[in-house]
Amino acid sequence: MIPAQFDYVRPDSLAHAFRELASDEDVKVLAGGQSLLPLLRLRLAYPSKLVDVARLPELAGVHDRDDHVFIGALATHDEVMRSAAVRQGCPLVALAAATVADPAVRHRGTFGGSLAHADPAGDLPAVVLALDGVFVARSAEGEREIPAARFFVDYLESALRPGEILTGVKIPKLGDGWGFHYEKFHRTAQAWPIVGVAVAVRRSNGAIQEARIGLANMAPTPLRARAAETALQGTELGDQVRQACGEAATGTAPPADLHAQPDYRRHLARVLTHRAVRTAAGAP
Amino acid sequence: MTEVGKARRRKEDARLLTGRTQWTDNLRQPGMLHVAFLRSPMAHARITRVDVSGARGMTGVVAAFSGQDLAAEQGSLPCAWPVTEDIVIPDHPPMAVSAVRYAGEAVACVVATDRYLAADALEAIEVDYEPLPAVLDLEEALAQDSPKVHEAGNQAYTMKVTSGDIDAAFRDAPIVIERTYHQQRLIPAAMEPRAVVASTDGDAYTIWTSTQIPHVLRVMLALTTGIPEHKIRVVAPDVGGGFGSKLQVTAEEVLCLLLTRRLGRPVKWNESRSEGNLTVHHGRGQVQRVKLAADADGRVRGLRVELLADMGAYLMLLTPGVPLLGASMFNAIYKMDAYEFGCTGVFTTKMPTDAYRGAGRPEATFGIERIMDELAAELKADPLEVRRRNWIRHEEFPYTTISGLTYDSGNYEAATDKAMALFGYDKLRAEQADRRDRGDPVQLGIGVSTYTEMCGLAPSRLLKEARYAAGGWEHGAVRMLPTGKVEVITGTSPHGQGHVTAWSQIAADALGVPFDDITVIHGDTAIAHKGMDTYGSRSLVIGGVAVLQACEKVREKARKLAAHVLECAPDDLEFADGAFKVRGTDARATIQELAFAAFTAHDLPDGVEARLDSEATYDPDNYSFPHGTHLCAAEVDTETGMVRIRSYVAVDDVGKVVNPLIVEGQVHGGIAQGIGQALFEEAVYDTEGNLLTSTLADYLLPSAADLPDFVTDRTETPATGNPLGAKGVGEAGCIASTPAVVNAVVDALRPHGIHDVAMPCTPERVWRALEGARS
Amino acid sequence: MPRITVTVDGITYQEDVEPRLLLVHLLRERLGRTGTPVGCDTSNCGACTVMLDGKSAKSCSVLAVQADGCDVVTIEGLGANGSMHPMQRAFHEEHALQCGYCTPGMVMAAIDLLRDTPEPSEEAIREGLEGNLCRCTGYCNIVRAVKRGAQEMGQAVRTS
Repeated sequence: MIPAQFDYVRPDSLAHAFRELASDEDVKVLAGGQSLLPLLRLRLAYPSKLVDVARLPELAGVHDRDDHVFIGALATHDEVMRSAAVRQGCPLVALAAATVADPAVRHRGTFGGSLAHADPAGDLPAVVLALDGVFVARSAEGEREIPAARFFVDYLESALRPGEILTGVKIPKLGDGWGFHYEKFHRTAQAWPIVGVAVAVRRSNGAIQEARIGLANMAPTPLRARAAETALQGTELGDQVRQACGEAATGTAPPADLHAQPDYRRHLARVLTHRAVRTAAGAP
Repeated sequence: MTEVGKARRRKEDARLLTGRTQWTDNLRQPGMLHVAFLRSPMAHARITRVDVSGARGMTGVVAAFSGQDLAAEQGSLPCAWPVTEDIVIPDHPPMAVSAVRYAGEAVACVVATDRYLAADALEAIEVDYEPLPAVLDLEEALAQDSPKVHEAGNQAYTMKVTSGDIDAAFRDAPIVIERTYHQQRLIPAAMEPRAVVASTDGDAYTIWTSTQIPHVLRVMLALTTGIPEHKIRVVAPDVGGGFGSKLQVTAEEVLCLLLTRRLGRPVKWNESRSEGNLTVHHGRGQVQRVKLAADADGRVRGLRVELLADMGAYLMLLTPGVPLLGASMFNAIYKMDAYEFGCTGVFTTKMPTDAYRGAGRPEATFGIERIMDELAAELKADPLEVRRRNWIRHEEFPYTTISGLTYDSGNYEAATDKAMALFGYDKLRAEQADRRDRGDPVQLGIGVSTYTEMCGLAPSRLLKEARYAAGGWEHGAVRMLPTGKVEVITGTSPHGQGHVTAWSQIAADALGVPFDDITVIHGDTAIAHKGMDTYGSRSLVIGGVAVLQACEKVREKARKLAAHVLECAPDDLEFADGAFKVRGTDARATIQELAFAAFTAHDLPDGVEARLDSEATYDPDNYSFPHGTHLCAAEVDTETGMVRIRSYVAVDDVGKVVNPLIVEGQVHGGIAQGIGQALFEEAVYDTEGNLLTSTLADYLLPSAADLPDFVTDRTETPATGNPLGAKGVGEAGCIASTPAVVNAVVDALRPHGIHDVAMPCTPERVWRALEGARS
Repeated sequence: MPRITVTVDGITYQEDVEPRLLLVHLLRERLGRTGTPVGCDTSNCGACTVMLDGKSAKSCSVLAVQADGCDVVTIEGLGANGSMHPMQRAFHEEHALQCGYCTPGMVMAAIDLLRDTPEPSEEAIREGLEGNLCRCTGYCNIVRAVKRGAQEMGQAVRTS
């Protein structure tokens, strides 16, 4: 199918981009376009203008900083999954990025674009939420930081304001003793996850000291499985962990769609959380 | 070595691999316009107003039409298979005029200078609908108080046939098993979306279209549009897959022809995938009630089958006949005393159904092969052993089955034994037992399916008995060119099957010319003027034989010429390696020399024409009956419901093989499609009749990452009904694999008391079955 | 209308394009490069896969304006001096195509896979092709072809 008409501008600076974004309320930001183009083609979106930010250097690259990795909004999934900084500093992000769509889409699709799209079924929102990432947004008024816990507002709705552009995300480095896993459950390789579970756990003396769990597609926004995180504290691998992971669906509001009903998603969240925690904790 | 039997690499490949293709959407004509269709967003509604005037003034728009505008000339789309005397065949306007009966039905169109502008202009067309209730469920549709799809009601036809004393077979039977199976609707999803280009010089018309049936289409277009047949040329250029979905006379083909007639300019329409999911005919769509009676030792006494078949909103080319292609197939490879088959065709407010790979035979095979597993479970016996007790033994061929077909040849024992050995059947059964004992959360299921199919569609006399409107012969022609090269013209219309290569192999042997000296022409009614096209695993079995017979006629013509040139009697000549030799001498004439002699015509004997070419049509006496045994090992994660196929073995007997590479490829692809039905694919409509699976993001086709490698092998029991000994292979893989996979899933779950999972066996459905069993 | 410069199969073009023009339509309708087909609306099928600055991309999900200044290689630009690329030859040898509609994209995805995995396992091949759908082959022969293509490309590298 064929997109409806729109205007197009490729600003040469962030300042220029801000002006363009302010010019009309139906303006949309274009980065890799891997979420946007299918929507345009199906005529599910009618932007008046696309502001192509894909060549703005301020948004590019992956940067290893002291206590965090700064992933530029324009870093592609392919770049992220291969980045040494990401693989060392926040391996969970690399694991999840490698599961996004397929190789060709990962060459074009951007980290920032996926997050700003705020699709609760996306792989990366749950991961950034689990890792307490911090979103960095710029506008004509300046820069502000938005913690992941406040970034995902509703279905396909982020905390970005009109005129604001996501420049990147700070992912805190978790240091030694942490293990990670992303468990994606989907019917075919390129299908969206029915449920995704992103897990980081810190283990010492044979017990889980701390767990962070992000859930994809369990509510209109990505969620933290707080009840399970709490219950996991101090548990030992085995029945204790299994029992604690039974809390993984607490507080969720999973959707009903073509591929699953809510009760099945809740069940999956519990089973997959258990599997992800065991793998992250290095269980045999 | 003869060419037939060689794993020749395909002649078709080079152009496809380098992008020098002639997909219909690649074609351009001078002054060509683009057509876009506005489609109903409702499943069922009265159309109270269509206003295309908004579109007419838009940039680039040449014309816009409503169904009313075309009503006087558009006719009704044809149904060629009135399966009963009293069948209801409703009027089927290519563009809806007063009502829509499925979501996606065309209600208006725009013709513009550019496809982008055509798409824009659709948004300026206004349509008012008065909604009517959707009719979705087959059983509810037949209730007295159901809303009606058509005035005459929701039943298109009903029929029943019985063979043997069915009541006696069930009376006092020690074992009676009754099951209901659902054949979900499938979207064929050939990779090439449909496309049509139509043009006219004011008198004659040419239509290029992504079709499997250029010849059938030409006749049908003449009958439906009133354009004389000799003024219509149909071309099937490169066609990117069909699987039955392009065995159709489509609304868009008729409308493009009418639009080029109205406007006097070439028009092109190309389909988007989401448009195609809505409006390419769907496959399957049946509720099957299957009831089996058996003796205590597992011998099948009788089988009763009652189908409700989802016709969709209209009867298209073969719609009503597709389920009846299964009528003689539920009894499959088994002997029994009595059989009853009934089928009721039901209208719903959904896209019409029609042929999809296997067409009626996969559905039948599924029904019988699922219930044979139930019989095995009832007997606590091995499912292959139960089949062995019932199948026709190889020494019993030819065998006339309870449904009246005569199977010419087969060896089910040999195929099954080979499959079991390749699969490691006993070892896998041992692993299964071990996992069951350990209570492994990942259980192993072993699925079995045998099959046969009636293919090589079809003997014209039998088609008449089945009330099909046409015959089933095929045409072939051969032209020896002056330089000794050969043109083969075929009435089959390949769209991925490799006929150019396989027909070259047949002709090379028959004429004794090199494989590379042969070219094969097809898919253009102006050049390959006669044919019945490609579907139903018929091309080799019918069309290949026609080519062979045309070659033999050429050879006999050449013999006369050779006798003249070599000054001997025709009977003194023997033909070998492309030359006629006078027996007992060194005198010889090659067929190339004879072709040149025919061309110069300097010294032709009386009564011999200056041409070394010939035509043949072949019409078989009987169907052919490939068969095979497929085995599937599936791991079922009982915690999540996820099914993973671990190994898959198929041993097929397709008779004599012309090209083993092509045969293997056909089997591979068929297996993948059958697995698609078993695990992934379903056309889902919501309660309002909207298609939810309108894109490939929702309608899940398996990718390479979702399938295992398949182990395939063959046994070879030649068909006795045709000189090639071939049986057909196009549909085989797709027929056996669906029940093999579902049997594996159910086999894994049977210790939990589960005896069925509806298709597709999604993780959620498997999980729910387990939850139901736990509670 | 924005003016773009794009190199396709070694030829540089300057084109004025509507912003909404899809790269695949630029290739097919404007530049006559019809070797790259379109199979879906949602970037699932991969039939339209081309190389965009050396990496695989689905040309139905890229605007022509986004390709401004880029180098595009399509199936038509793969071979050299009239001979096929080793991966194209491998597809032929292994009978890895039937109708051929997915083939251009499949070949591109296969070549892309070998950029960083020159000797892929069967599993890596299957995963590497997850974004390209084929309805004819069941993928068995495609996997075999990619293995063969990888070997031949590896040999070509070692001998050069």
